[in-house]
Amino acid sequence: MSGILVIAEQRRGELRPQSLELVSAAQPLRRPGEVVSVVVLGKAPDRHVSALSVAGVDEIITVEAAIAEFDPDTFETALGALIAQRRPDVVLVPHSVDSFGYAAALAVKLRLGFATDVFDIRRIDGELVATRGGYGQKVSVEVDFPGRSTVLLALRGNSFKAPEQSGAPRITVFEAPPVAARSYLREFIELPAADDVDMTGAEFILTIGRGIGEEANVAQFRELADAIGATLGCSRPIADAGWLPKSRQVGQSGKTASACKLYIAMGVSGAIQHLAGMKHVSTIVAVNSDAGASIFGVAKYGIVGDIFEVAAELRRQFAGDAA
Amino acid sequence: MKILVAVKQVAALDEDFEIRDDGRDVDPDFLIRDLNEWDDFSLEEAVKIKEASAEPIDVVAVSVGPEEADEILRKCLAKGADRAVRIWDDAIEGSDPIAVARVLAAVVKREAPDLLFAGVQSSDQSFASTGIATAAFLDWPHAAVVSQLTFTPGAATAVFRRELEGGLLQEVEIQCPAVLTIQLGINTPRYASLRSIKQAAAKPIEVVALSDLGLGAADVGEGGSASRVRRMFVPDKGHAQLIEGGAAAQAARLAAIIREFKGDSA
Repeated sequence: MSGILVIAEQRRGELRPQSLELVSAAQPLRRPGEVVSVVVLGKAPDRHVSALSVAGVDEIITVEAAIAEFDPDTFETALGALIAQRRPDVVLVPHSVDSFGYAAALAVKLRLGFATDVFDIRRIDGELVATRGGYGQKVSVEVDFPGRSTVLLALRGNSFKAPEQSGAPRITVFEAPPVAARSYLREFIELPAADDVDMTGAEFILTIGRGIGEEANVAQFRELADAIGATLGCSRPIADAGWLPKSRQVGQSGKTASACKLYIAMGVSGAIQHLAGMKHVSTIVAVNSDAGASIFGVAKYGIVGDIFEVAAELRRQFAGDAA
Repeated sequence: MKILVAVKQVAALDEDFEIRDDGRDVDPDFLIRDLNEWDDFSLEEAVKIKEASAEPIDVVAVSVGPEEADEILRKCLAKGADRAVRIWDDAIEGSDPIAVARVLAAVVKREAPDLLFAGVQSSDQSFASTGIATAAFLDWPHAAVVSQLTFTPGAATAVFRRELEGGLLQEVEIQCPAVLTIQLGINTPRYASLRSIKQAAAKPIEVVALSDLGLGAADVGEGGSASRVRRMFVPDKGHAQLIEGGAAAQAARLAAIIREFKGDSA
């Protein structure tokens, strides 16, 4: 059993950024002489070769698929055949919406060691040990994989830094066995903007979460956001409840607040998906009555207190400013 | 016509908690148990399909767990499930999602439903794996992170939307029977009425043994799992610099941070 396979992820012709993070995660796992191979699967996979030619990649394996986009049957058949042929000791995939759809199935079919949402990997006495979160990220859990010669790990985004230098890997073509897909992608749908807000471009965001309690309280935070010059955003439960349009949801599955520099979170406990979507922001201020809320683990500044009182006082601070 | 809904009794940590003596889990005295949030949505989705259907549909809630998991199954019965099935054996203790999926797949074979719903993930261990692993044991079509579903009972396919990253959706058609993992927000889960809670308390929970499913101790627990917990610990995580004082003082400091930012970006 030798070699590390990294499964790249692409969507609508674009390589997803997590793909390169996996290459960095693979490096410390290399045993002497062991090769890191990146697999790219899809229609015309060659188009991703240059973007994947980074330092630390020895080989790029291209797999031509009949279907351009992710499909569970296509992925499981092609990757299953490749893993069976190569017998790698580690397979790395992103912990993503697409891998949710195939990674566990691959682990079952090939009897692989398996863990997801992994943010740290090491070898202890030669044995692979992966670390993930438990009980809503309040504890860390180390897992190992006794008796498994190949281990599949789904890695949490933003846990490893993508390599910056380029490389010159060799290119190999892998012929995947034919597959009869049992599901069919009809179309992609962009989330419609329900109001003309642009979360992606907003530099200063005030986000509200479950802590606001009820819908009637949304208005006062909207006014506060206007008063301090912030764009009002929300966490998933607020959008799911319909208190604010989905276009204002930030975090992994909502709009990516990629330009955000100052982020004030009021009454947001900080589900991992939310935190992962905001990790790039330089200044996060969390206001929450629960001193144990996960969001204090990523925030630069924390205020433990009643969000309504803090909001009212903040409003007073900006009362003299022109809106 | 039948829809099976896999549900899990999850555990949240008390404010103060202790790690068990063997260092591999939290002491159960410090765990607060409840129905997994995602599963509330998948149950509601099944009940909605049942209520909209002209032909009778059985909604069956299934959980792999010890006797205390009866509590969440009663909740499911109160919210509209027709039957509740619980599978347990002491050998199941220490099972990872793969081992749990092996048990669920055996129940699915016995029940032969048209659809199996599972939550995208559990709020406690967050593997996001059990539903899709179950599909692999069954060799059924499967899809993860379903945020909208259109299914007419008896139809050969279902049409749904998957919620991808960054506010993008995908519309997909899938052959049935299938396994779908259900995302938060797909519907608005109902509250159980006092009357239905009382009725649910009188309904039986079917308890199934591993041997009834043709499984043995080796299929579950650590031996039947794809990973093993080595150690659980409280991480040294970074912590925010706390702004102390009363609300007025805290807001004044926050206002200064905002003004500094605006000065910088202006």
